[in-house]
Amino acid sequence: MTDVVITGIGQTPVGEHWELGLRDLAVAAIRDALKDAGGLKPQALFVGNMLAPNLSNQAHLGALIAEYAGLTGIEAMTVEASGASGGAALRQGYLAVASGMVDVALVVGVEKFTDKIGSDVEEATATENDADFESIHGMTITAQAALLMKRYMHENEIPENGFANFALTAHANGVANKNAAFQKAIKAETYAKAEMVSDPIKVFDMAPQLDGAAALVLTRRELIPSNGQSLLVKIAGSAASSDTLALHDRKDMLYFDAAQISAGKAMKQAGITLSQINFFEYHDIFSIYAALQLEAVGFAIKGKGWKLAADGEIGLKGKIPCATMGGMKARGFAGGASGVYQAVEAVTQLRGQAGANQIAGATYGLIQSLGGPASTAVSHILQKLDWSNPDSV
Amino acid sequence: MEIPRHWRLKKQRYGLVGEVCPHCDHKIFPPRDVCPNCGDEAKEQFAFSGKGEVYSYTTVYEAPAGFDANAPYTVAIVKLEEGPMLTAQLTDLGEQPISIGMPVEMVTRKMRNDGDERGVIVYGYKFRPAPLHTTA
Amino acid sequence: MTTPNTQTSPTLLKPVKPVGIVGYGAYVPRYRIPAKEIARVWTGSKGGGLPIKEKAVPGLDEDVITMSIEAARNAMLRAQIDPTELRAVWVGSESHPYAVKPTSTVVAEAIGAVPSTQGADFEFACKAGTEAMVAVMGIVGSGMGRYGMAIGMDTAQGKPGDALEYTAAAGGAAYILGPAEESLAVINSAYSYVTDTPDFWRREYQKYPEHGMRFTGEPAYFKHITEAATFMMEASGTTAKDYKWAVFHQPNTKFPQRVASQLGFSMEQIAPGLLVTNIGNTYAGAAVIGLTAILDIAQPGDRILMVSFGSGAGSDAFDILVTDKITARQGLATKTQEYIARRTEIDYATYARYRGKITMK
Repeated sequence: MTDVVITGIGQTPVGEHWELGLRDLAVAAIRDALKDAGGLKPQALFVGNMLAPNLSNQAHLGALIAEYAGLTGIEAMTVEASGASGGAALRQGYLAVASGMVDVALVVGVEKFTDKIGSDVEEATATENDADFESIHGMTITAQAALLMKRYMHENEIPENGFANFALTAHANGVANKNAAFQKAIKAETYAKAEMVSDPIKVFDMAPQLDGAAALVLTRRELIPSNGQSLLVKIAGSAASSDTLALHDRKDMLYFDAAQISAGKAMKQAGITLSQINFFEYHDIFSIYAALQLEAVGFAIKGKGWKLAADGEIGLKGKIPCATMGGMKARGFAGGASGVYQAVEAVTQLRGQAGANQIAGATYGLIQSLGGPASTAVSHILQKLDWSNPDSV
Repeated sequence: MEIPRHWRLKKQRYGLVGEVCPHCDHKIFPPRDVCPNCGDEAKEQFAFSGKGEVYSYTTVYEAPAGFDANAPYTVAIVKLEEGPMLTAQLTDLGEQPISIGMPVEMVTRKMRNDGDERGVIVYGYKFRPAPLHTTA
Repeated sequence: MTTPNTQTSPTLLKPVKPVGIVGYGAYVPRYRIPAKEIARVWTGSKGGGLPIKEKAVPGLDEDVITMSIEAARNAMLRAQIDPTELRAVWVGSESHPYAVKPTSTVVAEAIGAVPSTQGADFEFACKAGTEAMVAVMGIVGSGMGRYGMAIGMDTAQGKPGDALEYTAAAGGAAYILGPAEESLAVINSAYSYVTDTPDFWRREYQKYPEHGMRFTGEPAYFKHITEAATFMMEASGTTAKDYKWAVFHQPNTKFPQRVASQLGFSMEQIAPGLLVTNIGNTYAGAAVIGLTAILDIAQPGDRILMVSFGSGAGSDAFDILVTDKITARQGLATKTQEYIARRTEIDYATYARYRGKITMK
């Protein structure tokens, strides 16, 4: 099969963009990515978005964004898989290009959390849960993560502030990311003293819900023009898996099956083993999700994901660097854009452009985008191509 | 207004009516007509006893619209005596501390208004510390 | 011009087929506010003369529907009958959650009595529940249905600072009536005494009721209860001594004590059913939950007089004889005193929030 490569990346800073709407954010990221790709004309647009119908009363984003990006006429549609919408849109773009039906695909993830405020936002995000059997009980996404974390702490012996390093690492990595919402490291005592949100989740165990957009240009390697992007990153593996929507329907809610399945498939497709992965962009909207992903993917054994973080192994110099540009915790959780941000950041690493956060010699990055508590999990292995010798890979 | 949706689910909301698989005897809640245990068809109704224990719990302070008037409230995953787990609020806690494994029993309570105070009242299951009464 | 009274001499309400109580169940919510806490807010330190000790307050997620469902489930646990055999589910209350839409259909649905059943809400101030009982006696006693359920339940509201606020409380009871031979207590007869006496009322769209202060006493409460009870005893050939227990509508501690004395009953006879001191006036629930507390401790052969009172005004009297089936059923569901013992005290601020007394918009 011919290589599908990411040839353009673009992103807006993540934050409270009061003055910008959904379309403005998406178009900014798209223009950034198209410029980076160097003149490729997209034939299809896949929009990753989680909540625009609820948060902005806006559905039908494909046509809207294509129009505002000056691309009217191309195939365009929204891909929705809750928080995994960005990863799912990337996968749809990948499938389209890999199949040969589309030569150049544009993937944009966009979310606009700040169009609504307060309890209306909680109501909107709760739509990712089972409306009839979870949300009707007043369940929020944070409460759901808290239920997981409480049970995890019940079954495993975790010292006080045992989850602190997920937040500390992310915030440390956010310092050098000019697009991160928080570019400030935090201290252990700041984490410890933070306000309780939903017991045992404290403020720093969850990511802030913010606005943002990120975009990717995908094509087949042979279609890249001679004056195009020369720093190429290949999509070496792509897979998605689903699990029960409601947490209570899981046989073992403390194991993210879908995360394990999709990561395993993606690695198999890429032909690599866990030890070859140089960094992992996980979906750390909650610390407990990060811990459970480390376990599901295989970086830690069951019940020890927190320990990998506590031992400092998720830092830039650790065994498996995670959230290398700040993750959702420090960069911010921009809903359906998150999976695309992960790809943009992974490409930045693989191009060797991550500055102070650069993972030396990074060749393979695993990115994993989750919808809910891994009710959907989309995994991609991105691989740096050796551009000094394009034919070698 | 979501009257039809709530109306359709009244047997589950009021009576914890789920299903039992005729093939493997697995008890199913919520009902889904396909047994999650063996994958065969399961349409036989089964009413759960409403007895169970707390599997996990947390408190919601920042509630979604429609629930904010009752915040803070406690949400739990309850493991029913017959096997399945479900999500529900805990109620009537008073000053009683909650713990994982604590026995609870089903009661029917107001869940929310459908919309605002002009809408219908949605009733459904919550759980409270058990037992209030031990059968003599 | 008044219509001449053409009524022939009154008779007791006696069904064609003997009727009794097959199952009963109480409900009292968990929260309590002491009367002295209410006094603290409205009258400062002026102590003494409080009508009760404390009253029961429903939680934020409770109303007459949820409370009726729990009482009904307790009654079903004791009756051990198939709910589809209930041919009536009637709920008496002055605090039905809806102005239009029955409480009874939700209760009937929740206990599995639908669809072949009567369903309606009764309103007659504090005697709506006993009125429903008489109506169920008619269904069962005529042979139209084997069983029927009557509930008296309220989440009563008193205007903040008003005398009624000290007592207006939440609670009540459900009764399943059926054939006397299956009953834990036979209802020998009933008798109702009703006149137009405007002692207490609430107009449409008004949140809190109004009352005639001292007018609620002699011409209303005492007149109707004594007339109903006196006729019932005369017509039954009984005196107070023939009854082991008695329960009268209990708006405060004093009234039922005084009316009991007037009718020749001792304080011992009314003690087990006198709950108002600890749970307040549960309005449509008040007489009927007094009866559940008595049934919880009654022995076979005990005779019980229950007389309700509803403003507006009227009283329903019931002559009840406990059978030997009671012993096996008392322990099948939560007892009234178990509910009363389950108690979390709240302050006036929490009470104001729970009862919707804080204006949100």
